[in-house]
Amino acid sequence: MDTTDSTPIPEAPVRRKRGSKLKKSINDFFFSMYQINQFILKFFREAFVPPYEFKEVVRQCYEVGVRSFTLISLTGFIVGLIFTKQSRPSLLQFGATSWLPSLVSIAIMRALAPLVTALIAAGKVGSSIGAELGSMRVTEQIDAMEVSGTNPFKFLVTTRVLATTLTIPILATYTGFIALFGGYLNVAVNEGTSWRTYIQQVFDPLTFVDFTASLIKAIVFGFTIGIVGCYQGYNSNKGTEGVGKAANGAVVTAMFLVFIEEIVIVQISSWFR
Amino acid sequence: MEKGKVNIDYNNPVIRIHGLEKAFDDYEVLRGIDLELFQGENLVVLGRSGTGKSVLIKIISGLLSPDKGKVEVLGEDISKLNDRELQALRIRIGFSFQNSALYDSMTVRKNLEFPLVRNRKGITRKEIDTNVESVLDAVGLSQTINQMPSELSGGQRKRIGIARTLILNPEIMLYDEPTAGLDPITCIEINDLINEVQQRYNTSSIIITHDLTCAKSTGDRIAMLLEGQFQREGTFDQVFDTNDSRVKPFFDYNFIK
Repeated sequence: MDTTDSTPIPEAPVRRKRGSKLKKSINDFFFSMYQINQFILKFFREAFVPPYEFKEVVRQCYEVGVRSFTLISLTGFIVGLIFTKQSRPSLLQFGATSWLPSLVSIAIMRALAPLVTALIAAGKVGSSIGAELGSMRVTEQIDAMEVSGTNPFKFLVTTRVLATTLTIPILATYTGFIALFGGYLNVAVNEGTSWRTYIQQVFDPLTFVDFTASLIKAIVFGFTIGIVGCYQGYNSNKGTEGVGKAANGAVVTAMFLVFIEEIVIVQISSWFR
Repeated sequence: MEKGKVNIDYNNPVIRIHGLEKAFDDYEVLRGIDLELFQGENLVVLGRSGTGKSVLIKIISGLLSPDKGKVEVLGEDISKLNDRELQALRIRIGFSFQNSALYDSMTVRKNLEFPLVRNRKGITRKEIDTNVESVLDAVGLSQTINQMPSELSGGQRKRIGIARTLILNPEIMLYDEPTAGLDPITCIEINDLINEVQQRYNTSSIIITHDLTCAKSTGDRIAMLLEGQFQREGTFDQVFDTNDSRVKPFFDYNFIK
């Protein structure tokens, strides 16, 4: 007997299964959007209501700064140096190498400094926050904090989000200057431009809108990295696997959102130029 | 060590639970729990893994909310408390976690100081040190004060976890599997410590366990959680004086009959 003939292929149930899977995915997506929204609202409710955790915010700012400082210094310097080096041949074709400092400054201050800082911070700080809170969640340290009369959301989440929001703009500004210094070394070696002239050419094309947009961008990136890292870690589960997922999710989601925000802010700031 | 005499006030329940129900998705964990814990009493809750023992004490401490039923802790209906009131109530309850839940980025001293500093505004450095030394002495681990949790053994971590809850002088202690994963000698030490805490700090406790040695040596009363309800309750001998196939294997396994 041909067994395949006697075994009906359950087409309809498969279709229903696919349909229900899709429905579940859509439900899950909207539910997680709702949860993230609630998480952000809770942050604003807790952050601006006393008691304030000043000491912990300062400690977290230090942590964020220290964690990223070396990598940001190195990356900022290399970005400035390489960007200047790679841009020279194109400008050389038009005999316009004297525009190099202006080109470098616009690229770095408008886009590269906040973006590079945010991407590094997402990798270093975001993953670290996600893993730290995730590990605290699965080992019940967050519950322990709660039952001992401490508000863990205020102590762990608001402090970290405030720290990244405050520190990343400072780091982005620092990255900008380190990158400009990298660019200067290249220009000085190749064109013999003095530091004074270089600085003058660097700041000439920059406007108030450039600095403001760059600062807003860095603040938004900092908030995003903090909130995503905390959300992933604070809501992690499934043991050690959950910790890994929280750290990974913090980096991937934060980077994705940083790029989206970059596009949006660039578009908005272009309307003011 | 034999358990000393304890004063239990049977006219003064510190926890009253009526008709408590809790489900996770379609799985009903607790199906109508009624329970009273009296002042000064050690109540042991026994049951298989996954029967909702830990869920019960998490509901009592406000970490989980019940689906149905009334939970009164120290005279307060926990479902009617706002965040601030719940926080104030929690200070009066000590919770010893199964895995100790020590803050692994802090030394033992910082772990013990943390609840104290955050809940006793205006406390002086000297008072903090006195309290820390006192609870460390109570659990017999004064020498570990500057160590990190990762440097401690499982039994030491349990003791420090208990010390951290004792520092706020709780009226109720909730122990979640206090002897899980420990060697027999350390289990005996932890059991003795639970009894000592009951007498020295005059606490009322719920001890969640499936270790019958722990149940026998610490419990003034045993309640057996079966299929989401307390189906056997009484002294150790009363609870196990049965041929119930859901209860007997516990005894047989633990006492190797």
